[in-house]
Amino acid sequence: MTALATATAAPAAAPASSDTILSVRDLRTQFFTRDGVVRAVDGVSFDLKRGETLCIVGESGCGKSVTALSILRLIPRGAGRIVGGSIKFEGTELTTLPEDQMRKIRGNRISMIFQEPMTSLNPVLTVGAQIAESLHIHQGLDRRAAWDRAVEMLSIVRIADPKRRAGEYPHQLSGGMRQRVMIAIALACNPKVLIADEPTTALDVTIQAQILNLMLELKERLGTAIVLITHDLGVVAETAQRVIVMYAGRKAEEASVEELFRNPIHPYTRGLMGSIPRRTATGRRSNIRGRLQEISGIVPSLREEIPGCAFAPRCSYAVDRCRTEQPPLDPHGPYHLAACWEAARVAATPR
Amino acid sequence: MATTTDVAAPVAARRRTGALAWIRRNPTITIGAAILAALVVSAFLAPWLADDPLSFEPINRLKRPSEQFWFGTDQFGRDVYSRVIYGTRISLAVGISVAVFATAVGLAVGVLCGYYKRADAIVMRIMDGLMAIPSILLAIALITLMKASLFIVIVAISIPEIPRVVRLVRSVVLTVRGQPYIEAAIASGTRGLTIMVRHILPNTIAPLIVQATYVCASAILTEAGLSFLGAGTPPEIPSWGNVISLGRTFFQIAPWIIFFPGVLLAITVLAINLVGDGLRDTLDPRIARRM
Repeated sequence: MTALATATAAPAAAPASSDTILSVRDLRTQFFTRDGVVRAVDGVSFDLKRGETLCIVGESGCGKSVTALSILRLIPRGAGRIVGGSIKFEGTELTTLPEDQMRKIRGNRISMIFQEPMTSLNPVLTVGAQIAESLHIHQGLDRRAAWDRAVEMLSIVRIADPKRRAGEYPHQLSGGMRQRVMIAIALACNPKVLIADEPTTALDVTIQAQILNLMLELKERLGTAIVLITHDLGVVAETAQRVIVMYAGRKAEEASVEELFRNPIHPYTRGLMGSIPRRTATGRRSNIRGRLQEISGIVPSLREEIPGCAFAPRCSYAVDRCRTEQPPLDPHGPYHLAACWEAARVAATPR
Repeated sequence: MATTTDVAAPVAARRRTGALAWIRRNPTITIGAAILAALVVSAFLAPWLADDPLSFEPINRLKRPSEQFWFGTDQFGRDVYSRVIYGTRISLAVGISVAVFATAVGLAVGVLCGYYKRADAIVMRIMDGLMAIPSILLAIALITLMKASLFIVIVAISIPEIPRVVRLVRSVVLTVRGQPYIEAAIASGTRGLTIMVRHILPNTIAPLIVQATYVCASAILTEAGLSFLGAGTPPEIPSWGNVISLGRTFFQIAPWIIFFPGVLLAITVLAINLVGDGLRDTLDPRIARRM
């Protein structure tokens, strides 16, 4: 009840408290191409609390991965850069941190798991050596100790026969095992924040659940906060406490998982949910129209400045104002933010 | 008990035939390596296998190959067999030194070029310039500028070979550095130098070894060519090129003087290339397509 009360008192983007470990404010990341400036992330703010799981959802190309890369300052130099906003990690401003200080944070305090377990491991190094590396760099362990700890990490991520596996090369492991190794690398130094960029996209459906469960279990065990980037709302429902829906580099909606699934406000969120195939208990689709819905149209080009709501061209609720004025993130009930001018009308329409 | 023996027997059998099976699968490496081994052994054992390659015996000028002089004698009565055996030393020394030198320099420069864009822009233009000059001409120019010695010959042959190694290494580095695992390494806080040495360098080794064999073969040929033109190894050193060069004038009356070193030169280069081709196929089937 108290949690609810405070949330109502300050509904705008949960205030930074001592509980907040990572605080992103008005982040703007742009890429400079021959055809002009691409506004990949256009004023995104969010907070991450200790030990929680925050999901960022959206279609391909809506700025999820760039947000993640921006936090670790991994935007390739020359291609693009963070042009504005602030990223505070445990009170330290990351956007202006010198590179050598930043290196001490990467892989140590904040680590990242990439989408492609097939190509994210170096084929010419043993997996043990790759886990031991970050231990060697960040914790100053000698070769022997780092190796022992690497073997231990392999057993923590539940790889059978970790002693032998540590000496093997990535091509000797299956996709799921490689992603386990990636998790072992990411968690080797007990990071405070783990950013997982579509960690299960490249895996078999049967393996996906295993990997997600492993991540969540280790999160509980190590107290790591997770930023989970995904386009799979099923993953969101299973894992997250809070969700941010991104569209065209902007935040469209933010809410707790229960709230978002019960009462999605932004037409884009509704569209995303409509595109999940559903089955009733009898095995038939519950959707009255019997067809899987899609969101027609494509993500707009981020090269031109979008004056109004970025989703307007694809939105069936759009009115003139949507095309000219950018909607603010308005509170809709306790801890539920949505950027939509027509929220009231959308909410009134049954799904 | 019965099961353990059942399992153990085929393993042992496989191990026994392992070496033979490997040879059968890689005939080119085996043949090439066998010839090379024979050449290396004869180069090392030259003082026991042959007489002094420099001793004059004017009485035995231009003798045909016989029991006493296996490969005949030259116009000064020197034993062609001894000179050819000693020449093996020069050729192999030049070939291997150039391969090592050019590969080492090329690797360092190539990795730098692949990793640092600014260095790349400048250094690759220099490499393009070097490649535009015919390698023999460049070598002759370098040797004329300095006093002829084996060391200068090695350096002079190495320099035109370096750009090729640089290009190969650079292309591998450029491919590898775009791989997600390099990004993953950066994301786990690895320093630039560590990434270069530990993550990128090992990926270049396989194509580099193959390239080194080709550099070696080409260096041996270049050295012989330079000696033949009189611009290479000083004439008192019995290199194959020198032997052929001196025998050239007597080609019509004493063809054996140039025949034997010529044949050995061809065999050596062929053997090295066989090993190179075989290594290319075994080390990494993918580079077979890249080259």
